[in-house]
Amino acid sequence: MNAINKRVAADVLVWILLLTMPYWLNGLGGYTSLGSRVLVLALAAMSLNFLLGFTGVLSFGHAAYFGLGAYGAGMTIKYLVPSTLTGIAVGVIVGTTAAAIIGTLIVRLRGIYFAMVTIAFGQVFYYIAFRWNSVTGGDDGLSGWQRLPIDLGFTRIDILGNDKAFYYLVLVCFAIAVAIMAALLRSPFGRTLLAIRENERRARFLGIPVDRHIWFSWLISCVFVSLAGALYALLNNFADPHNLRWDQSGDFVIMAVLGGMRSFWGPLIGAAIFVVLQDYVSSQTDNWMSFIGLFFVLVVLFFPRGVLGLVRRSAPS
Amino acid sequence: MSLLQVENVSKHFGNLVAVDGVSMTVEAGELRAIIGPNGAGKTTFFNLISGFLTPTAGYILFDGEDVTHMLPARRVWRGIARTFQVTEIFPELTVRENLRIAIEVAAGYRMRAWISPEADGKVRARVDGLPMSGLTSKAERQVGELSHGDQRATEIMVALALKPRLLLLDEPTAGMGERETYKITQLIHKLHRDQKMTIVLIEHDMRVVFHLADRIMVLAEGHLLAEGTPQEIAANEAVQAAYLGQAA
Repeated sequence: MNAINKRVAADVLVWILLLTMPYWLNGLGGYTSLGSRVLVLALAAMSLNFLLGFTGVLSFGHAAYFGLGAYGAGMTIKYLVPSTLTGIAVGVIVGTTAAAIIGTLIVRLRGIYFAMVTIAFGQVFYYIAFRWNSVTGGDDGLSGWQRLPIDLGFTRIDILGNDKAFYYLVLVCFAIAVAIMAALLRSPFGRTLLAIRENERRARFLGIPVDRHIWFSWLISCVFVSLAGALYALLNNFADPHNLRWDQSGDFVIMAVLGGMRSFWGPLIGAAIFVVLQDYVSSQTDNWMSFIGLFFVLVVLFFPRGVLGLVRRSAPS
Repeated sequence: MSLLQVENVSKHFGNLVAVDGVSMTVEAGELRAIIGPNGAGKTTFFNLISGFLTPTAGYILFDGEDVTHMLPARRVWRGIARTFQVTEIFPELTVRENLRIAIEVAAGYRMRAWISPEADGKVRARVDGLPMSGLTSKAERQVGELSHGDQRATEIMVALALKPRLLLLDEPTAGMGERETYKITQLIHKLHRDQKMTIVLIEHDMRVVFHLADRIMVLAEGHLLAEGTPQEIAANEAVQAAYLGQAA
């Protein structure tokens, strides 16, 4: 089997598993909203990885846009329009607008400086959400609202009462986002991002305006991470200020690295491992994070290309 | 009008004067070599032309246009391509992918965010049309896995894929063995003779320089020491004293 066939086979397998997840997850001791959680966090990690794994730029502040998506969706539904789809749209617009502005300010920075500044901007939003009690709910988070059934005119989808219906709404959003990112990465524009990752100097002297292309990559990444944030708020019927904090950003980086940041599906695997470990270990002990930390250290030490990188290497080619 | 006109450029790094008031005029179709002892400012001078650095004083015209402070990417769009003293390529991509990216950027597709089978076909044909200089059998290999000589050859191919009007080569044969040096020299010779490509190269190997160059410019300690045909340079006493004398 050649490389292209293998890739198609892997894609088909992933989509079949995702499409049928609500029907086998319960049998394995899971539950449908756990599946939704995997998908939402996987979308966030894959969006981050568009920037990290395929452009070579490390952001440690993606939680800011994830959280803005969450608060954008929650506050829209709570204060403005009781509509789930409007909430998602507003969440994405808010996150994307902030990312566009902040991106313009930081796009000249590289490496550790870029990462530090993304943390700093993220913390700004965290403190706003944390302090502005009357609007954001402060430390308690934004509650007192819930996702609402979607009325399409000819039919009504009860995403509130039916966990499976909500799972498939998330899956549709996930599929659209992932398809767009995959197509972008195979376009000439996507290849300029790979070029920047591989060798920024060469890219520049090939005639690629590197800062501009990094800005676009950052923006695309933040559009989808805001979408993930909006879906995450809908999943929980709640927006948490911790969604904006730097340790949430760190979780996304961990998921991407854990699964394998050079592979397209890697962050999905990473998010699945992260969420399942969190769900299982946190029911046994409060110190679940130390187990994830230990697991992460082992993966980075022994399989620097992540779990998927390991699978690739051991598979006969 | 000359293709490249460098007027009296200087580059200071704090108190260090790396390039001190050097001028150079290159005509279209010319092959110019820059030689000089280590630390003479050759690479800094190259960096000023390609936009990696901007001069402290002086100006640079390319095809009549002032490019002194222009960003590197814009200079590439106008037709200035370069290679580096230490090979700069995309190591985890294949030779073909390296060339493909260069061709797509040169074709103006760099912002094209969709997949076009028609454009892909054109790009593929152009990749296949490049002189691969012995790399054909290695086109699907990752460049990072290839030998030093093949990596440097790939970098030159990538620069050529941009269809430059001025090609800047910084020590193209550095670290190469006899056979590889010969192959690269032949390639440069053919580009110059058959395609009338304008080339400026920095080179330490004097056989390569005297075999290829129409004119030679000698730098020493940031100054222009001499300039002329290979015969004139070979006969120049100041050059012999400062540079060739050392080698002999």
